[in-house]
Amino acid sequence: MQEETTVLSNEQAGVGCRRLRLGAPGVASVARPGQFVHVRVPALDPGAMRRPISICDADRASGVLTLLFKLVGRGTEALARVAPGDRVDILGPLGTGFPMPEAADVALVGGGYGVAPLYFLAKTLLGAPSAPRIALFVGGRSAPDILLAEDFSALGVDVHVATQDGSLGAHGLVTAPLDQWLNETLADARHATDARHATDARVAICACGPAPMLRALDERALRLGLPAWLSLDRRMACGVGACLGCVQRVRSGRGGETTLARVCVDGPMFPAGKIVWD
Amino acid sequence: MDLSVNLGGLRMANPVTVASGTFGFGREYAEYYDLKRLGAVTCKGICLEPSPGNPQPRIAEVRAGLLNAIGLQGPGVREFARSALPWLRSQGVPAICNVWGHTVEEYAEVARILSSEEGVGAIELNVSCPNVHSGGAAFGTDPATLASVVRAARAATSLPLFVKLAPNVPDITVFARVAESEGANALSVTNTMPAMLIDIERRRPFLANVQGGLSGPAIHPVAVRLVWQCAAAVKIPVLGMGGIVTSDDAVELLCAGASAVAVGTANFVDPTTPLKVLDGIRDYMVRHGLSSVREIAIPH
Repeated sequence: MQEETTVLSNEQAGVGCRRLRLGAPGVASVARPGQFVHVRVPALDPGAMRRPISICDADRASGVLTLLFKLVGRGTEALARVAPGDRVDILGPLGTGFPMPEAADVALVGGGYGVAPLYFLAKTLLGAPSAPRIALFVGGRSAPDILLAEDFSALGVDVHVATQDGSLGAHGLVTAPLDQWLNETLADARHATDARHATDARVAICACGPAPMLRALDERALRLGLPAWLSLDRRMACGVGACLGCVQRVRSGRGGETTLARVCVDGPMFPAGKIVWD
Repeated sequence: MDLSVNLGGLRMANPVTVASGTFGFGREYAEYYDLKRLGAVTCKGICLEPSPGNPQPRIAEVRAGLLNAIGLQGPGVREFARSALPWLRSQGVPAICNVWGHTVEEYAEVARILSSEEGVGAIELNVSCPNVHSGGAAFGTDPATLASVVRAARAATSLPLFVKLAPNVPDITVFARVAESEGANALSVTNTMPAMLIDIERRRPFLANVQGGLSGPAIHPVAVRLVWQCAAAVKIPVLGMGGIVTSDDAVELLCAGASAVAVGTANFVDPTTPLKVLDGIRDYMVRHGLSSVREIAIPH
C-alpha cells in the first residue's frame, strides 16, 4: 500500500545512524519481520528515487513503524533531517519477510545496519507461544558499526559482538563466535532428549548483512544441514517488481536450472542454497 | 472536455500512458490503482526468446535522474502471450506492446505473433535501447537499418505501429521521416540517453554494463526539443516521453506537439504519477479554455 505517514520522532541511534518512528497505522498493522518500506524522502527534489529501508519494528496496537537507517548518501542524509510532524510517503510493507523458524535455537546474524530487521524478528519470535532461544551475532568493521546491541539484550537475546578492528567484542569476523556457538549448540542438541531438539532443524539461522557475510553463512548452513534465510541488501528503483533493477540469480530446480529473482518481491530473503553467488 | 486521443489508430480514453520498462506488464501497479484510469499500458520490451538481461549492478541514481542497464530482461513473446497478456486484457485498458529483436526478422516475427493474439492495441518498436549490444539502438541510429526494421514489422502486422526513436542522433527528423515513410502510425519520442557513472573510489565504471540509459528529470528538456522537431517533421502523431515528473512536464511535451504522453521513471517515485499528470492536464485545459487535448499543442 501507499501510505502518507507522520514523523513521530527522529533520533540518533549510534554513530551516523538514525532511528525514525513513523505514525503508519496501515503498514504497521500488516508488516511482518524481514519486510521493508520504500521511503520517499521529503527534502529531495521531486524526481528523486525512493530509499528501501528495513522495518526495525512495527507495533500493531499503536500503529508505530520504526526504521533504523545508516547515513550512506544524500537520500539518507536528507531523511535524517525530517522533524516530528513532517509527512513521509511510504510504499509497503514490501518483500516476503522471514518465515518463522520452528527451531529450538535461532541464530540471528547481522552485519552493520543489517541488525534492523532482525530486531523485529527477535521481538516477534519471543512473543510467540513456544519461543525459541535466540542468540544474536552482530559484526562490523569497528565499534560504531555495532547497532542495537543493548536493545537485543533488553529483549533477553544472548548477544555476541565481533569487530574487524577489535574495538568492541571479539576481534575478527562475526562468523568466529557464530562457529563456536554452533559447535556448542549442536553438541548440546545431540545429547538432548527434547523431541524438538532431535530433529535436523534444531538450529536455524536468519541473517541480514553484506553479501560476503551471507555467502559465508550460506556455506555453513549447507555444510551443517541447517535451515537458513539470508536477506540481501540491493539497490532498488521501483521496489514492487516492475523495473528488474534488483534481480539476483537463484537456483530454480534440482537439475541445476537457474532463474532471476526480483529481490524486492521474491526476496529479500532467500533460503540456504538458493542464491547463485558471483 | 475531450480527453480522448487517437494515437495512430490506437484509441485512448485519455492522453496518459506509461513508458516501456517502467511498468512491467502492468500487474505490479494494479495494487495501487485501477489501470483503466490510464489511456494505455505500455509493456516492457518483448522479444522472441527469453532474455536474461545484464549483470548487476544494473541501476544507479544520478543527479536529476536514474541510470539503468537492465538490458531488456524478459520472458519472451510466447510466455508473455500465455501469462501476462490475458491478465492485461482483463483489465480493460489498451496494451501497447514494446518489441525488440536481435535481427530484423526477429522484430517482424514478434510483431506477427503479437498480432495473432487478442488484446494488443499497438506495437511499439524499440530501436533505441542503449543497453543491448545486438539489437536496440543499433537499429535506431542508422536510417537504412531503421527503414528495414519498420518495413519488416509493417509487413508483419496490421496493428497500429509505433517507432520509439533514440535521442542520440544528429538529426532526429531524418529518422522520424524514415519511420513515417515505411508505414509507422506514430512515433514514441524519446528513449533514455546513453550515459555513464564512474565509482571514483573503486576506480571503475559503476554499472556492470559500463554504460546505461539516463532517464528522469535530466532528460526532460532534451525530450521537449526532440518532440518539437518530430512534430514539425511528420504528419503521424507523437507520443512524448522523457523525464515527466509533474503535470507541467507533460503539458510542456503536449505544447511541443505530442498527442499523448508517457510517464516513465516517475512511476518508481510515486506510482500514482500518471493519475496526477492526467488531473493536471485537465486543470491546465480548464485554465486555458481548451476543450480538447489536441488544442494544447502550440504553433511551431
